Formats: sequence, C-alpha cells, structure tokens
Amino acid sequence: MTALDSDIAHLLAGSMVLVSFLLLYQDRMFALLNVFALHACVLSFSVGWQAYLQNAPHLFITAVIALVFKGVVIPVTLHRIVVRLGIHRSIETVVSVGPTMLFGIALVALSIVVMLPVTVAAGAFVREDLAFALSIVLLGLLMMVTRRNAVSQVIGFMSLENGLVLAATGARGMPLVVEISVAFSVLIAFIVIGIFLFRIRERFDTVELQALDMSRGETE
Amino acid sequence: MSTSIGVLALWGLLGVPALGALLLAAIPGYRLSAALNVAFCALTLTSAALLYTHRPEPTLYLLVDDFNTVFLIVGALVGFTTSLFSAGYIAHELQGRRLKRRDLRFYHGMYQLLMLAMNVALVSNNIGLMWVAVEVATLTTVVMVGIYRTNAALEAAWKYFILGSVGIALALFGTILVYLAAQEQLGQGVVAMAWDRLVAGSAAFDPALLNLSFVFLLLGYGTKVGLAPLHAWLPDAHAEGPTPISAVLSGLLLNVALFALLRFKLIMAGNPAVISPGPMMVALGLLSLLFAGFMIFRRRDIKRMFAYSSIEHMGIITLAFGLGGPLANFAGLLHMAMHSLTKSGIFFGVGYISQLEGTQRIADIRGLTHSQPFLGWLLVAAVAAIAGMPPFGVFTAEFLLVTSTFARAPWLAVPLVVGILIAFSALMLRLHGLAFGPSEKRHSLPAYRLTPMVIHLILVGVAGIYLPAPIVEWFRNVAAMLGD
Amino acid sequence: MIRDWLTQLVQLAAVLVLAPLLTGVTRKVKARLLRRRGPPLLQPYRDLLKLIRKETVVAENASWLFRSAPYVIFATTWVAAALIPTFATGLTFSAGADLIVIVGLLGTARFFLALAGLDVGTSFGGIGSSREMMFASLAEPAMLMVVFTVSLFAGSTQLSTISAYMLGPQMGLSISLALAIVALIIVSLAENARIPVDNPATHLELTMVHEAMILEYSGRHLAVIEAAASLKLLLYMSLIACMFAPWGTAVAGGGAAAYSIGLVAYAIKLAVGGFLLVVFETATAKMRVFRVPEFLGVALMLGLLGAMLLFVSRVSQ
Repeated sequence: MTALDSDIAHLLAGSMVLVSFLLLYQDRMFALLNVFALHACVLSFSVGWQAYLQNAPHLFITAVIALVFKGVVIPVTLHRIVVRLGIHRSIETVVSVGPTMLFGIALVALSIVVMLPVTVAAGAFVREDLAFALSIVLLGLLMMVTRRNAVSQVIGFMSLENGLVLAATGARGMPLVVEISVAFSVLIAFIVIGIFLFRIRERFDTVELQALDMSRGETE
Repeated sequence: MSTSIGVLALWGLLGVPALGALLLAAIPGYRLSAALNVAFCALTLTSAALLYTHRPEPTLYLLVDDFNTVFLIVGALVGFTTSLFSAGYIAHELQGRRLKRRDLRFYHGMYQLLMLAMNVALVSNNIGLMWVAVEVATLTTVVMVGIYRTNAALEAAWKYFILGSVGIALALFGTILVYLAAQEQLGQGVVAMAWDRLVAGSAAFDPALLNLSFVFLLLGYGTKVGLAPLHAWLPDAHAEGPTPISAVLSGLLLNVALFALLRFKLIMAGNPAVISPGPMMVALGLLSLLFAGFMIFRRRDIKRMFAYSSIEHMGIITLAFGLGGPLANFAGLLHMAMHSLTKSGIFFGVGYISQLEGTQRIADIRGLTHSQPFLGWLLVAAVAAIAGMPPFGVFTAEFLLVTSTFARAPWLAVPLVVGILIAFSALMLRLHGLAFGPSEKRHSLPAYRLTPMVIHLILVGVAGIYLPAPIVEWFRNVAAMLGD
Repeated sequence: MIRDWLTQLVQLAAVLVLAPLLTGVTRKVKARLLRRRGPPLLQPYRDLLKLIRKETVVAENASWLFRSAPYVIFATTWVAAALIPTFATGLTFSAGADLIVIVGLLGTARFFLALAGLDVGTSFGGIGSSREMMFASLAEPAMLMVVFTVSLFAGSTQLSTISAYMLGPQMGLSISLALAIVALIIVSLAENARIPVDNPATHLELTMVHEAMILEYSGRHLAVIEAAASLKLLLYMSLIACMFAPWGTAVAGGGAAAYSIGLVAYAIKLAVGGFLLVVFETATAKMRVFRVPEFLGVALMLGLLGAMLLFVSRVSQ
C-alpha cells in the first residue's frame, strides 16, 4: 500500500467523520436527508476503496448496497414520506447547535483516546478506521439524543450503522455476515420506518417526540 | 446414529419455525393459524428435547452443547405453552375488535419467526450469526409490541426500537472488536468468529482489546437483558404489547440476550490478563435489583409491575453469573429456568385477568379470588412463586445464591437480601389488593384455558422441592463450564 | 550580507506599497462584476494622501491611547505582513517569521483597535469593539487550530519551513489540510471584515463592526488605520499563498532571476486571491451579526477536526 493509497483511505474515513458533523448541524429536514445520502455515498466510496486495497471482493457488494439503499433509496423514500405526511420541516434540538458540536468534538477526542491505545498491535489503517468508526457511532448516538424528531432519530441511527459498517470493513476478512446484517438492517429499518411513521402520523399530528412522550407510561 | 438424530433434531429446531413463519403468514383463517402455531411449537419442543441426548457435531456455524440445551429446552417449552395460551387469548382480542384478521396472520408469522431467531441465536457457533439472530428477534418483537396501534403501543414500540437498536449496534461493535482480537491469532475469515475456537484460543488475544469489547457487549446485550439503567424500553414494551408477547419477552428474549452475554464472558474468562467481567455484571445486576424493587411499589398498571419484576429477576440472575463459582452459577441457571416458567405463567394469568376485568389498572382490579376463584388462587400461587416463597423453585435458586454470596462476598449478601425482600414486600402488597378484598363480579372462564399456567406452576413447584438427578448433573456441568 | 538585508527591506517596502494597490484592485473588480465602472486602481493611494493632508480632529475626552493606537496598529500589522515570505523564503528575519508571532502581532493590533473604539465613549465604538471581540474569541482559537494542523505537518511553526515542506515530496493528499484551508479562509474573511461577516463599504452604523471602531478617527490617524487595514488583507492573502500555494517562491540567496520569478508568482497569487475574494463577496450576502459566531464556530470545528484527524493518522503510523 503506497502512501497515496493510505492517504486516500484516511481522506475517505475522515470525510465520513466530517459528514457526521454536517449531519449534526442540520436543522432542516430535506437538507438532513441530502446530507445523509452524502454520508452513505462517502461510506460506499470508503468501503469500495478498502475492497480494492484489501483485495476483498465481497466488500464491493457492501459498497454497492450502501450506495444504492442508503444513498438513494432510503433518502428518496423518506423524502416522499415527509412530503406526504406533512411532517414539520424543521428539526428542534434539545441543546443548541454550538454546544452540540463541541460535545461532538469531545466525543471524537474520546473515541480516539479510547481506540488508539487498544489497537496498538494492528496495522495503521485498522487503528484509524476503528477510531473514526467509533466517533461516527458516538456522533450518531449524539444525534439521536439531541434531536426531537422521529425522522432525525432514524437518520441518526442509520448513520450509526454506517459507522459500524466502517468498523467491520477495517476488521479484515470479516465474512459475509457483514453483508447480511447490512442488508437486513436496511430492509427492516425501511419497513419499520414505513409502518411507524405512517401510524405515528395517523395518531399524532406530528412526529415530534415531545408529543410522543406525552403518553409516557412511566408513571403508570 | 445418535449424531444423525442430532442433525435431524437440529434441522427440526431451525426448519420447523422457518416453515411455520412462511406458512402462517399465508394462511388467512386465524383458528387454523393458531392451531398450526401450537403444532409447530410442539415440534420445535420435541426437537429441542431430542437435542439433549443427541448432539450433532459442531460446525463453524452451529454448535449444540450442555450450555445452550438448557436455554433451548426452557425456551421451546415456554414457546409451546405460550402458543397454547395465545390460541385462546387472541380469539378474544379479535372479538373485542382490538385486532383485525390481517393483523393475526402477521402476528402468527412473526411469532414463528421469533422462535426461529431465538433458536438460531442459541445454537449458533458464529458470534456474527448470533448477533444477526438477536437482532431479528428484537425486530420481530418490536413489530409485535406495536400491533395494537394505539398511541401508547406506538410509543412503546418506538422506544423499544430505538433503544433496542442502539443496544444491538453497540453489541455489534463489541463483536467486531472481539473478531479483531481473534483475527491476529486465528487468521482472517469465519474461523476467527467461531465461538469454540475463540474460547480455546482467547489466552493469546490482546487483553486491552478484549476489555474494551466486553464493555460494549455488556452495554449492548445488557440493554436487551433489561439491566438498569438501560431498561427504559422494558416496562412499556411489556405493558403495551399483547400479553403472549409479554410472556415471550420475559420468558425467552431476556434469557437469549443473557446467554449471548455469557458466551462472551466465557471467552473473556479464558484470558487471565483481561479485567474480570464478573464485578461489572454484579454491579449492574445489583443496580437492577434494587432499582426495580423500589419501582414495583409505585406501579399502577399490572403488566408494568410484572415487567419491573422481570428486571429485578434478571438483575439477580446476572448477579449470580457475575459472582461465578459452581454454586452461584447453578443458582443462576436454576433461577433463569424458574423465572421463565413462573413469569410466563403469571403473564398467562394476567392476560385473562385484563381481558375479564377490561382494564390493566391495579386499582380497578379487586378480589379475584371471589370473582374468578380458580384464576385468583392460581395468581396468588404464581405471585408467591415469583416473589420467592418456598416451596417454589425461585426460592430454592435465591436461597442457593444467597448462601453462595455469604460464603464468597459477604458484603454483597446484604444488599442482595435487602433487594429481594423489597421486591417481595412490594409484590405481596399489590397481590393483597388484587386477589383478596371484596368483589361483586363473577367471571366465567373455562378452566382448560388456564392449563398452561397450571403446568408452569406445577413444574416450578416440583423443581423447588425435587430436581431429578440427571438435571442436577446437567446444571452442574454447565455451572462448571461457566467457571469463575 | 548587505544583499540579504536589502532583500528583506525590499520585502518590507513591497508589502507597504502593494497593499493599497490590492485594495484598489479588489474594489475595481467588484465594481466591474456589479456592472459599474468603479474607482480608478490607484484611488486608495490618493485617499491616503488626502487623509494625511487633512486636519486631525480628536475628541476632547480622548486619552493618549486614542492618539497612539493607530500607530501601534499600523506598526504591528506592517511587521507581521513583512515577516511573511512573499517572493522568497528564508530571508533575514525569517527566524522570527513564526506563525505564533504573527498571530500574536495581529492580536495586539486587534486589542489596541478595540480599546481605541471604546476610548471616546461613544455607543457605536462600543458596539464595534464588543462585536469585534466576540468574533475574535472564536476566530483566534480557529486560527490556532489551523496553526497546529499545519505545523503538525511541517514539524515547525516557522513559515519558511512550512513553505518548504509543502513543496517537498512527503506531502500527499490530506483531508486535514483541506479542512485547515477552509478554516483559514473563514477566519480571514472574519478578520478582514469582509462579507459575509462585515461589509467593508457600509456606512450603516448598525451593520458596522470594523468601521464602527474607527468612526471617530480622521486625518492622518485615519490614513494610518486605513493603511493598516489594507496591509491586513495583504497579510492574510500572503499567508494563504505561502502556506498552501508556495509554488514559484524563491529561496533566499537564489539570485535575481529567482527573485524575479518569485515576485511575478507572488503578484499572480495576489491577483488570483483578490479575484476569488471578490467573486465570493459578490455571490454571498452578509450574515446577521448573531449568526457570525456560528460561521466562525464552523471554522473552529473544522480546525479542531483537521487537527484530530491528523493526530490520528500520525499516531497510528
């Protein structure tokens, strides 16, 4: 692997972290969906590049699945759902953008501090890849926690899944199970999104989670 | 010869639910589906029972040993009796307009799919396959929790989906880290994901990586076990889903998640340089026990109350396995089996109670021993069992655990006993209002409907006093395998 | 020896002479893009001369700070601009041409400017100073992050070393540098009071930041401050050119031919930079003041992220 090859791999993985921050920054629904599509595209490029470098053809399948499903099909479908159900186009946040971003940076620093010492024995790309993957997972979690909207929670979860796919790519030779799980979670996420958003919209007038939380049964 | 029966049994264990899922999703008539559901579950149970004596050879993907046969048989049994209960219960839901026929097709198909997923998770040798199966099981239950489509049901299903998915994602990260640790020693590919190879070779793995991975696995699978503070989905999911699903959740799914956690604990145990997972499990288990015990007092919904009781018991079981050693492990196994049977039995009863009384609020349910004596007294027995009264099996298991704790970690025994007593008093307090007290209503419920509950209670009652020697031997072997 | 000193003095003078020209070029190009004819290219020189000849009116309650601040600002900005390699690296003062020094000099200039705005006690000065400080509290950390990232690459904060590294073979494709460039551009826009942060041509007091602080100045004081503002723009462009586009720069002692090539290259870089700046300004609208912290926050995030990504790749090797 030449220096340029590893530079490109680093570039792609780092871009994924950058796009995760971009996801965190969005406060409008359609922009969020577009940025998520970008996230999936960068993931597929990254996985595809790794497939080329590691000589692992099964990773190409993962890359294509990520590109087609998460880069195209899911954003388009969510776009249609948002339009058809008349979901509010702006996303409210629990904490304002500034502190959220700072906290996100802290999470990235945390994952770097956690992952780098642990993976000393592994190769350079694996170490980077895992550190970045954990950051993307944590940023996805942050997004799920700080956004008061069901659609953005689902997007946060899917970006978290992207991070996991990146991690699995870095762990060389992880067998076909990765693809099965990828396809599975995509498919089921699809179904669940469809069922729930339709039903949630029927019951409530919005997918605002505060409205959802009013039926909290915790005091029952 | 025994191996080929074993292979056949394994095929039956996995193939029957798969076939059932496809078939039942297609059949429109709910009575036929319910009957077929029971039949398929019975076949699965026979396969599981056969696997106790006839074991197939382990492959890279599937493995049957003493450890998972315990869970398999308990699971298949609870699945079977729940399908019996569900057959009677669901008909009433249909009449009461809470569900439509289309939903029932879906429901039965998902039920079989859930059985399949749980069985695959239990017999898988590949940690990735296990993860996929647990994820499928989670997703099927999420869909089933939301089946009533009321506001509360949707909220419960959504919460379950989000929290469950986050847990599953963390568990996958932990799995990837374990693979990474193994891959250096065992080479790339499927071999580095085979659990038996992992356990055998774990002494050579990088301990730092294993430490980190166990944290993720504990958080991830621990969410699915319902350990506090990751339990937020559990009460809602139990309360808002149909009662057969509550029974299956408490009786099976929590066990499967714990099983996955224990598989990884065994891997960690092989490497002496790894931080022992025991104390972490003990801590979470104790936290769940105390937290849930206090929460039971304030619950106003009957299913939610028993859901917290599930959290409490899973806490005790996790504590037992975390403590380790032959006696505590034996206690944990016994407790797990007894809890599955008792809790699902309780939910059988609670299902009929809520149907007959038309409500799930504890304040509105009074004097069951007067309105429906058979059901009322069965409930009394079941709650006494789950609260830990002798001579039921839960008491035996708790007693063994407390003994072991006094011997090995005396300071732990005090909070353990306190927690158990708190839950005991809470349950007894609520039971008093539920079962005794005046009531003018008179419900009619054919006695045969309560057969599954009776079977469970008899099993639990007998197990508390006398366990057949082969079973004791079996549990002892597994306890030894689970180590310290 | 004398030649080196002379070359350094040439650079010192060149930046002073070129700065108003750069300002004039940007104004002309902007006007042309907006389909106006625009002021002549040498107009800024005429403005400066006019201002020097005019009477300097100072408020009654102004202190010594008010009178001396323009000179301090001018001096620090001129030194900072002169330190940055323009047509040649490794000149006599290049030992002091350290990024941290430059950031410090610019910080001093900003400090005095803000104080001068507050000195006379008018409300517009107060607004300008407080806004300037708010922007600075985000722009400075972002700038420092850029400095960290770039110096992690080159192994030093000295500009000559950085330039040489960027030209060298070890330089590959890097996302951290891309993030650093974007962050630096955002910081430059903020520091130079350019759209989208502040409109340099505005006379509406409520939208002013930089203009508000210098509102009370007149005559030679104002001339000196305007010269400093032009120098600052030149400084940032030279900085970006030196760090991220170092091609064509001569090395010290390279001879007259190399220096000439360096000068031509430098002129081209300034022209391109000016043009790009103007196009960006024309295409963008000015942000509301309370949104500028978000904008600068983006620069800070990018800088932090770039530094962290670079750190990861360094440590894992």
